Amino acid sequence: MLTASAILTDGLVYAAYLFIVAIGLTLIFGVMKILNVAHGSFYAFGAYGAATAVGIYTNADWPAAIGFLLMLAMGMAIGLVLGIILERGILRLVYGKDEVIIVLVTYATFLILEDVIVLIWGPQSYAAYQPMVSAGNIEIGELVLSNYDIVLVAIAALLAGLAYWALKFTRYGRLLTTVIFDRETAAAFGVNVTLVYTVTFVIGAMLGALGGAVMAPKIAVTLGIGVEVIVLAFAVVAIGGMGSIEGALVGALIVGICRAAAVHLVPQIELFVIYGVMALVLVVRPYGLFVRAQPRKI
Amino acid sequence: MGGRGQLAGGLMFLFAAAAAPLLPDWVVSLVTIAFANALVVLGLVVLWRAGLVSFGQALYYCIGAYAVSLTARWTGFTDAFALVLIGGVAAGLMAVLIGFLLARYREIFFAMLSLALSMILYGVLVKSESLGSTDGFSVATPTFLGYAPHRDALGLALYWLTLGVDAIGAVLVGVYFRSVAGALAAPIRDNEIRVEFLGVSVTSIIHIKVVVAGILGGLGGALAALAIGHVDPNMAYWTTSGGFVFVTILAGAGSVAAAFVGSLVFEAVRSFAFDVMPQLWQMTLGSVLLLTILFLPDGLGSLVARLKRRREAKS
Repeated sequence: MLTASAILTDGLVYAAYLFIVAIGLTLIFGVMKILNVAHGSFYAFGAYGAATAVGIYTNADWPAAIGFLLMLAMGMAIGLVLGIILERGILRLVYGKDEVIIVLVTYATFLILEDVIVLIWGPQSYAAYQPMVSAGNIEIGELVLSNYDIVLVAIAALLAGLAYWALKFTRYGRLLTTVIFDRETAAAFGVNVTLVYTVTFVIGAMLGALGGAVMAPKIAVTLGIGVEVIVLAFAVVAIGGMGSIEGALVGALIVGICRAAAVHLVPQIELFVIYGVMALVLVVRPYGLFVRAQPRKI
Repeated sequence: MGGRGQLAGGLMFLFAAAAAPLLPDWVVSLVTIAFANALVVLGLVVLWRAGLVSFGQALYYCIGAYAVSLTARWTGFTDAFALVLIGGVAAGLMAVLIGFLLARYREIFFAMLSLALSMILYGVLVKSESLGSTDGFSVATPTFLGYAPHRDALGLALYWLTLGVDAIGAVLVGVYFRSVAGALAAPIRDNEIRVEFLGVSVTSIIHIKVVVAGILGGLGGALAALAIGHVDPNMAYWTTSGGFVFVTILAGAGSVAAAFVGSLVFEAVRSFAFDVMPQLWQMTLGSVLLLTILFLPDGLGSLVARLKRRREAKS
């Protein structure tokens, strides 16, 4: 019983983390058809920015709540700047090329950004555990939960709700839906597709950086944290269906619960299980759970 | 590549083989690694001509490498020729199996699924104590039909072995490119439904390509394992695959020779960048890749073609 509830809670927390990272990736893919490898860099930049923010507020001795907000703000600001630079400076040059070529462009960007991190923050690793500690723990029955983890799940739920509301009930969201459905027709009807692209990419970048920022207190912020995140986010997005937000949610839950179950029951297959599930889903539904197969064009 | 190109390529190989004893050790080992990796790149070129990019070619690379080191470890059998063959066959068998699945996918889905499969192997290796876990293990010193060289002589022997395997691979892939199945790559890339209307099964052609690429990947991994003397799970990690894709784009899919030149340039740039600015070598690689895609979309190989065209226009 304890194991079952531990699997459920651990899985939920892990799923929250995966969802926050994957939603930006799937948004960018859905609108722009770009599989963005540099998303891992956004995550890493967000985490480093948050670590810096934590350093600032512990030195200045501000209350924990302000520190936490500063952390999020720092992450989002970095995502904003990076997103604008990448979209306007690099991606704009390759729109219209093969999807696979654009993946490689983002891969090149990712390589460059990995070293930019070293240039800015140096090769040492950072600890940013203070918010996690000051949040404290809560006991439910025999289970000890960190309040920080609960906040993490709340943030993920909030993001999911926000994304649903924004896509369904705001003007920008409706415009976005038309662009996702058919870019050229949307452009013909006067939608400013260039602007939609920029805004979408920047929002995606901010979400990626936000993912890094909220995870910073739970991990050691060190070189190479972006590398693993990319493949994890890919797995989540591929399971749910690329470009589908509800797909990202379901994919994150599946991967989160499966991994938690593996960690508690058969720790040897922890990594195997994530990609195993992904391969299994792709075998049955090549385009993921929430995306229909495209008819082939002659 | 016409008859003249083949002759030039053959002469280059003979020259490279003959020059080896005069070269310093570090050049010999650099070229050995570069040419071992060139086989993997050649496999990616085979796929790329049909418009497919595999972000998981490290799977076969790693299988080839582990096949070599495990065979030597478990049976005490150390003949380099047989070990390399075992590496190629092991990876080829895996490719036959995976091909049934992978041949149905295209574009990004092909890339993602191959990525997932290589990450599965990575996950298994990292968590398996009996397979060396994250540390991997060292590869036994190989022998060559009873001849057991040491140190410098071993480096040279591996260099010649790599050149030999490369030459055979290059010739066979050249033959494959000129065959009907190979020549259909470009039409498949352009419009595969029309190819099916010709009465050809695109799925089985792609399956063959996956297997060819897999065998080449396994051979490359086997040679690399012997040359490096150590295997670890990072050989299956996606960044390894990314490196191979990088070289493929850098070299371009124009010819067989491009894979070898590209691989050599990549290895040279990498060790140079690593020596001169260890903090910035990834940035160097990324910038080179970005500039290649922006200004030389068909790779370094297209420079040669461009020069040739200019000369023809002059005369």
